[in-house]
Formats: sequence, structure tokens, C-alpha cells
Amino acid sequence: MRITRLAATFGALTMALAVAACGGDDAGSSSSGSKGIVGKAESGKLVIGVKADQPGLGLQTGSTYSGFDIEIAKILAKGLGVDASGIEWKTTVSSNREPYIQQGQVDLVVATYTINDDRKKVVNFGGPYYIAGQDLLVPTASTITGPEQLAGKKVCSVSGSTPAKRIQTDYKDAKLQQFDSYSKCVTALAGGQVDAVTTDDIILAGYAAQEQYAGKFKVVGKPFSTEPYGIGLKKDDTAGCNKINDILKTAATDGSYKKAWDDTLGKSGKAAPELDVAKLTNCS
Amino acid sequence: MEVFSDPANIDVYVTGFLWILKLTVAATVGALVLGVLLAAMRVSPVPVLRGFGTAWVNIFRNTPLTLIIFFCYFGLYSTLGFSASDDIDRNNYWLGVIGLSVYTAAFVCEAIRSGINTVAAGQAEAARAIGMSFRQTLTIVILPQAGRAVIAPLGSIFIALAKNATIVGTIGLAETSNAMKDLINANGSAVVLIFLAFAGTFAVVLIPTGYGFGWLANRLAVKR
Amino acid sequence: MSTEAVLYDHPGPRAKMRNTILTVVFGLGLLALLYWIYRRFDEKGQWAGSLWKPFTQSSTWTDYILPGLGHTLAAAAVAMVLSLVFGILFAVGRLSDHWWLRIPAGAVVEFFRAVPLLLMMFFIFFGLPFLTHKPMSNFWAVVIALTLYNGSVLAEAFRAGVKSVPRGQSEAAYAVGMRKGQVMAEILIPQAARAMLPVIVSQLVVLVKDTALGYIISYSELLQLGVNNLSANFANVVQAAIVAALIYILINATLTYTAGWLSRRTRRGGKAPRAAGPVPAGLVQTGETAV
Repeated sequence: MRITRLAATFGALTMALAVAACGGDDAGSSSSGSKGIVGKAESGKLVIGVKADQPGLGLQTGSTYSGFDIEIAKILAKGLGVDASGIEWKTTVSSNREPYIQQGQVDLVVATYTINDDRKKVVNFGGPYYIAGQDLLVPTASTITGPEQLAGKKVCSVSGSTPAKRIQTDYKDAKLQQFDSYSKCVTALAGGQVDAVTTDDIILAGYAAQEQYAGKFKVVGKPFSTEPYGIGLKKDDTAGCNKINDILKTAATDGSYKKAWDDTLGKSGKAAPELDVAKLTNCS
Repeated sequence: MEVFSDPANIDVYVTGFLWILKLTVAATVGALVLGVLLAAMRVSPVPVLRGFGTAWVNIFRNTPLTLIIFFCYFGLYSTLGFSASDDIDRNNYWLGVIGLSVYTAAFVCEAIRSGINTVAAGQAEAARAIGMSFRQTLTIVILPQAGRAVIAPLGSIFIALAKNATIVGTIGLAETSNAMKDLINANGSAVVLIFLAFAGTFAVVLIPTGYGFGWLANRLAVKR
Repeated sequence: MSTEAVLYDHPGPRAKMRNTILTVVFGLGLLALLYWIYRRFDEKGQWAGSLWKPFTQSSTWTDYILPGLGHTLAAAAVAMVLSLVFGILFAVGRLSDHWWLRIPAGAVVEFFRAVPLLLMMFFIFFGLPFLTHKPMSNFWAVVIALTLYNGSVLAEAFRAGVKSVPRGQSEAAYAVGMRKGQVMAEILIPQAARAMLPVIVSQLVVLVKDTALGYIISYSELLQLGVNNLSANFANVVQAAIVAALIYILINATLTYTAGWLSRRTRRGGKAPRAAGPVPAGLVQTGETAV
């Protein structure tokens, strides 16, 4: 009895370790270390954190990711010398982008990542590669035309995101409902539990454009903030940041930026914006 | 130490625990009432009631509480239109209470059922022999004795309920785990202190409660 | 004969009629409720074909649901093995004669059973990296938190199991000259483990349910992939959640059934210790019974 039990325990342990080896791969990605991303890219591999649930920007379909952020990330990787096949994509959510960068779980974050002073204290930003604005998604028949009319209304956003925090600090009269994903917010909007969903306008446009929601929602169209999307990387990696900005400058003129837009968000009919290289961060 | 000298942080901490307390109290009452009803249904002579009780227990014991709270919001509130209040927090609170009660009631039911089985069969037989009906047997003879045997398992179930109340945070309630996460992300250096403050409070409240239930169970145990 | 079976007489004619009336009334009420729920879902368009169609495509299953399920089971399996090790270690520690072993082991076990699992996951995932300055993968955050919690529960269960072995066993072992360590390893633990097998399997059910908390720290288990990502593609949050719930119920019901089957098997076996009453005393504090 003892021997069989011992054998069973060892067998289970071995199997578990094998499974752990497969499941524990999340811990296997090495950090960029002191060499920064330029050094990391020399190995031909990069770990890039992206969103997985934002249609048009960063959406996981099956095992592939697609969206504007993904295309920008591929342009950056190419500029650093890493082929698209050498990129390991990692799903990030609003609340774990800084921890992932600080801990080295990802080398870069291209995930609708707004540049702001609080975040600049802990991570460095390249870009911005797009200027979005916080806006509201409302039912087509809604009378809400701007954030001032949110007083007493229920607005939904993702916990830990900048739009949520802005509602809490600037529009205290609004009632904030927080979930962990925008799909849940949009579902709540469709069901009438909330009166508006708030986040960056292109994210909202991506959801409104889904076929199941065709014709039900509209983006109010009056952004009440500027959300510069940046590339997140480690705080002390100034060289990497400068390199990223150089790559963006090239992309602005050689047509790859426009192509990235046309292939993804451009399909909604909106024309590609100009990447204003004068506004790129100074990486200090 | 500076983390908790900021009154805003103390406010976050206290609010979190107040929500947990309110959730626990309300859900305890709900789960008890519902659980006793379910147990009565499961041992009743009516097959449909028995089937309903069994189905309830099997569904709610095997589903993660996370999903149940989710369905409370998106099923009960969203689709079925049940709404307790216009205020988001109060509404989410009541949805959380319903979810917790419904989930815990399944465990309470099973605990009571096993308690009923610890009562000597002779008790029920004697009750029937003097002509008591099912309802009388249950309420006058069986449940009072079973109650003394189930204090221990019920105690452990309600302590687990207090801990599970943190899961209501997934529909946006600012309870302890969300509060702790916000404090940690804002004050990275004081991580251990923040964790000890929250975990310590739970430990300081729940460990003595557990011992209390154990002592009570021993005091009231039916000596055989 | 259990008390449950003798609560009511064999139904006579009046009882039969009453039972039938109750059955009909309650049954109709239940059907009406279910129909009303169906209609309300219908009004909100939740039965629309386009929302359910993705589940008929095998790509949906192989892309989202099955990988998510795989990650759920992987975390549960690894956490189970680690919890067993943790549980045995701390149970033996708590049963030790040396106070410097017994008291710390007891404190650790009591502490981890009193702290909510979500709190522990958040601390390990968000907080620990501030201390270690190293990355913490969400898989290991989930597994470590689960191990600490379930290991403590199992430690208490093992302790109760060891205490429930008839005293005569250990007395006889001491009488033939075995030392404490030998008594524990060769007499008490094997018998306790046999009786604890159903408890272990039902803790596995708890583990599988608790891995669902992993989605909050974006571990790619069933809820993260099968509900969040899936619904981002197909805009069907409620439907995905219903499918996920059904999968959980199926898996957990199977595990629970296995636990019951195991408990029936070990009870029939000759050497299992007598069942220690409705609930082993050790499981009361901050406890479990697989909640």
C-alpha cells in the first residue's frame, strides 16, 4: 500500500511539474535587463504587451492578435531588427501595464496606453503615436451630448483606467460603475443598466462598429480630454525610448504608419491621422 | 506608516471593511432562511420539491461564486430587470447579497441535511408513532436536535461567507480586495504593511470567531 | 437506516392527494417562473442566433474555451499537488511534540485560512514584486495563493484525520517500541490519508472553482479567454458566461461524484478508521467543508 501510494505521489508530482513547465511559461520571459530593449532585440525576440479585447486596436482572435496597436508594435519591432515572428504577444489589462513593465514581464507595452504624469513616474514613454480623446458611447436615441450632462447618470468604465479616474475626479456627480472589461460595459449599455460608456474615442468606435451592435450606439463625438497613446517601456531605458521615437519618425513619412491605420481602424472609413513628430516625448 | 496617516487611505480601508460587514450580515440571514427551506424541501415527501432542492444544490455548489455574482448583475439586473436601488453601490450591494445567499444556501442545506442524519432514527420513528405529521416531526423533534449538531459546519460556512464577500468586488463594489489593490498600486513601498493591515483585520476577526463556534459546538453537542 | 428516510409515513390516500396537489401547484409555479425568465431573456434578445452561433463553430472552442479550460485545470492540478505537500508538512508540524514547531505551524495554518483568497492573490501578484523586484507571473500568483489556502485546509483535515485514527493503533505501535516519527509515518498517516481521500477530492472541486478568481489578475483561464476575449470578438458576454457555467458545473459535478464514490469505496475497505462524526472537529475554525 505504501509503495503504491509513494509511486502514485511521485507520478503525480512528475506530471504536475511537466504541466507547470508548460503553464509556467509566463514566468519564462526574461526581462530586458540593463541592456534595454535595443539589447534585448538583438536576440531576435521581444515580448510586447497588448490588449486582447478591444476591437480594431488590440483584439485576440483565436491565437492571433490584430488591430492598430498590433501593427504599430510590428513596425517598432521591425525597426529594432525583430521579425514579426519573433514577437511574443502578452495580454495586458489596464491595471497591470505598469507592474508588467516594472517587473520585466514585457519589454514594451503598446496597449492604448495613455501618457500621463503619474505613470511617467514609474515607466518611460516613447511616442505618442496617436492622440485619442476621452469620449462617451451612448444609445443612438440618447440625449447626452457631453460629460456635463452625466450628473446623476450611470457611466461605465474599466477599473483602474484613466477614463474611470477622470470621472471620479472631474465629474463627481456622475455615478460610476466599474467592470474588468469593456465588453461588459457595452453589454450593460445595451441592456440599459448604464447610460453611457466612457473611454477613448477610438476604442468606443471599435465596439460600436461590431456587427451585433450595428446601429444601436453612437459615439458622442466631443472628446473632453487628450489621450496621447504612448509606447511604455522601462523607466531607465532612455536609449530604447529614443530609438522608438526615431522609428516612429521614419514610419510617419515612409507610409508604414498610414498602412497600419488603413489596414485596421481605417476600414471604418475614418482617414489616417498625421503622426505629428514634433510632439514626440523627449525620453528623459 | 505614512500610508495610513493619510485620512483618504484610512477612509478607503474602513469603507472596504464596512461593505464586507454589511454583505456578510445580510447574506448570512438570507442563506440561513433559504438553506433551511431547501433542506426541508430535500427531505420532504413531495418529489417535485425534492427534485428542485437537489437541482439547486447541484447547480450552485458546482459553479464558481465569481460567475454567480456575474449572473446576478447581467442576468438578474440586466435581463430580468430586478433593481433594488437607483444608486449603483446600493444596487450592487443587494445583487451581491442575493448572489452570496443563493450560493451559500446550497452549502447550508447540505450541512443541515447531514445534521438531520445525525439525529437518531428512533426519534423520527417515535414522532411518527405518536401521529405527528411531517411538518411537526421536522419542526418539533428533528430540527432542534439537528441544530445542535450543525453549529460547527454552519460556523465554518459563514466564516467562508465572510471571505467570499470579497468577490462582490468584481461588479465594482469598493470592498477590501479592491481597496487593497488601489492602495498597493499607489503606495508600492508600503506593500507589506498594507497587506498586513487588511489580512490582519480578517485574521483577527475570523480566527477567534472560528474558535468561538468550535467551543459553542462542543458546549451544545448532543452527548450520546 | 438514516433519519432522513423515516421522516414521513408511507403516504396514505389523503397524503397522496396532498402530495399530488403540492406537486402540481409547485410544478406549475416553477414552470411559470422558468417561462417568464425565458421570455425576459428573449425580450432582451439574448436568445438571438447570432449570439449563440459562435458556439457551434469548432474554432471558438479550440481558440478560446479549450485553452482557457486547459489553463484552469493546469493551475488546479499544480496547486493540488503543492497543497498536498504543504498540508502534510504542516499537519505533521502541528502534531509535533516540540512547541517551537507546533506553534509556528499552527499560526501559519490559521492565518492562511482566515485571509480571503482574492486578497492573497492581489498581494502576491501586485505587491510581492515590489519587494522582490522580480516579475510575478499570473500563473504562479494564482497557484501560490491557492496552495497557501488549500494547503492550510488540507493540513487541518489531515490533523483531524490523524486524530480520528483509533487510539489503540498508536498505543499498540508505541507498545512494540516504535518512535514518534515511525508511528506517524507508518501507522497514522497512511490510515488517515485513506479516510481523507474524499476530502482531498472535494478540495479539488474548491480549487477548480477558485481558479476562476485568476481572471481578475488576467490569468488566461476559462473566464478570461472563454468569456472576456470570446465576447470581445462576438459581443456575447451573457452567452459565453452561460456556457462557461455549464462547463464548470459538469467538471465539478464529476469531481464531486468521484469523491462520493471514493468515500463509499474506502468505507467498504476494512482498514479505514471509523467516520469521525458529522464533521471532523478540526475543520470548524475558519473553515471549510468545501465552500
